Amino acid sequence: MSTSDALIGGRSAGPDAPAVRRHGLDLRLFRSELRLVLRRRRNLALIAVLCCFPVLIGVAVRASAPANGDGPPFLSQVTSNGLFLVFTALTVLLPFFLPLAVSVASGEAVAGEANIGTLRSLLVVPVSRTRLLGVKYAGSVVFSFVCAASVAVVGLVVGLLLFPHGDVTLLSGTTISYADALWRALLVLGYVTAMLAGLCAIGLFVSTLTEVPIGAMAATAVLAIVSEIADSIPQINAVHPYLFSHPWMSFGELLRSPIGWHGLQTGLLTQLVYVAIFLPAAWARLQSKDITS
Amino acid sequence: MTAEVRVTDRAEPQAGARPATAAITTTGLTKRFPGGQVAVDAVDLDVPRGSVYGFLGPNGSGKTTTIRMLLGLVGATAGTHELLGVQMPRGGLDVLPRVGALVEGPAFHPYLGGRDNLLRLDSGDRTAPGRESRQRVDLALERVGLSAAARKRYRKYSLGMRQRLGLAAALLRPRDLLVLDEPTNGLDPQGTREVRNLLREASTEGATVFVSSHLLSEIEQVCTHVGVMSHGRLVFQGSLPELRAAAGLRVRIETTRPEAASEVLRRLGTGKPELRPNGVVAELGTVPSDQVTAELVAHGVDVRQLVVERPDLEELFVGLTGEGFDVDE
Repeated sequence: MSTSDALIGGRSAGPDAPAVRRHGLDLRLFRSELRLVLRRRRNLALIAVLCCFPVLIGVAVRASAPANGDGPPFLSQVTSNGLFLVFTALTVLLPFFLPLAVSVASGEAVAGEANIGTLRSLLVVPVSRTRLLGVKYAGSVVFSFVCAASVAVVGLVVGLLLFPHGDVTLLSGTTISYADALWRALLVLGYVTAMLAGLCAIGLFVSTLTEVPIGAMAATAVLAIVSEIADSIPQINAVHPYLFSHPWMSFGELLRSPIGWHGLQTGLLTQLVYVAIFLPAAWARLQSKDITS
Repeated sequence: MTAEVRVTDRAEPQAGARPATAAITTTGLTKRFPGGQVAVDAVDLDVPRGSVYGFLGPNGSGKTTTIRMLLGLVGATAGTHELLGVQMPRGGLDVLPRVGALVEGPAFHPYLGGRDNLLRLDSGDRTAPGRESRQRVDLALERVGLSAAARKRYRKYSLGMRQRLGLAAALLRPRDLLVLDEPTNGLDPQGTREVRNLLREASTEGATVFVSSHLLSEIEQVCTHVGVMSHGRLVFQGSLPELRAAAGLRVRIETTRPEAASEVLRRLGTGKPELRPNGVVAELGTVPSDQVTAELVAHGVDVRQLVVERPDLEELFVGLTGEGFDVDE
């Protein structure tokens, strides 16, 4: 330990000089959070696994073309236009693998920091609990977007390589240019991210309940699956519209002409309600929590 | 009328308005955990500005819970406290940038390097200019001697290196107050000495240092003040000379006839004499030491050596906090 510079450790500006806090957007901590989430090997592995699916589907369809109506939605369209590989991959991944990845990131958010003790270090920096929660939520949503976007990009590239890429015939039968269809794909990506934002809020709330990140991840994933199972039981269709997973698959509305905005709005509203319930719940929980880890 | 005046006198000054003489004050600070266990029981700390305050107590005596309350990590069940004259936990965001803290050992992301870990913490400080974050981090790493291991992953750090990184986090910026929980834990004697030097340096530069330890000997040399915790209560608080004065004088006699000497002491009315391998030790109480010498000689006890001394602080510490391995619930 050198005794070099007397700048640190000693007194700051002057006795009782109050520290001046910057206001406005807090990009430093947010960037740090993104680096943390997006450089983490486990998260990168999750993204890599997700990216295998469009490749797998693309190669399989190329090897043996499916009959019309076979397999998951959009699968038979892939042979006529590679862009549909993006939608097929998202359809395949949205029920399980995407929510799983999102559960891992959002469940980890607070519980992970509590588990290794870095939560207390951040709070005494000081990072206010509200700010921490905001940054954690934003980090989870960005991770959801990165997951979905990675699948979409890989699907796009594989589609371009293996299949034709001319004008796109939409589900409603209308034909639009490839460029216009790319815009639709971007909207699909935005919608899918928004659909996962509700789950992020649930995961973040669960994450404030425990100091065991794996527990928070598992609980969040289980909640997603429970919601989907409930959504598949017709006898309780009265509750279906209230399930957060119910509108996940509605992104097909974006592939019609005209776009089925009504279904999309309902989907976005559902997620908004879940976020509006679970983010404040997470805030209340973290605010009153004794940090003893 | 008088009562009203008194109320105004006691009214809290606005945060930062008063040139507070105390770096830390607590009034009746209490923490009762949901299970009903009282971890900290009505503690009144008074840490003077510029002091190096040793916060002592055996493991489980409530030191860490007190520190967590001081920093606003844990809510107090009762009582109030101030850091640098600012009410906590309300003023935490204003005052904590001036406080460097290490709570219950270092905690960092295992798969990030030392520098990245510090950059992460630095990014959370809204009062520090972002442009200079690398400078701050590198300086702090240099200060604790970790520059060479800056890129190494934290999980590969030895316990000593981890502890140093924790200290580096506390020293990221110039601080008015350092709150360090067992900073010498897990360090070898060399490392312990280095930590002591760091504390001395910080103190010389004007910072108040509040440092906890379960080993008095480790921090005794740097402390100006001590507080001793036992079973959640503050059983002693004062300057080091005051602590020494709290211990009575005692007499140590070296002789070939310890039994005879102890008989003489008993008759003189000293504290209970304790036999040692080649002599006897007893609290003097009000008995003058020259009378002890005279009586011993009069009774034909050979006195090879007679020393009047104060017990060392370690013994005093054990006397205050109790000995043994019992875990107190």
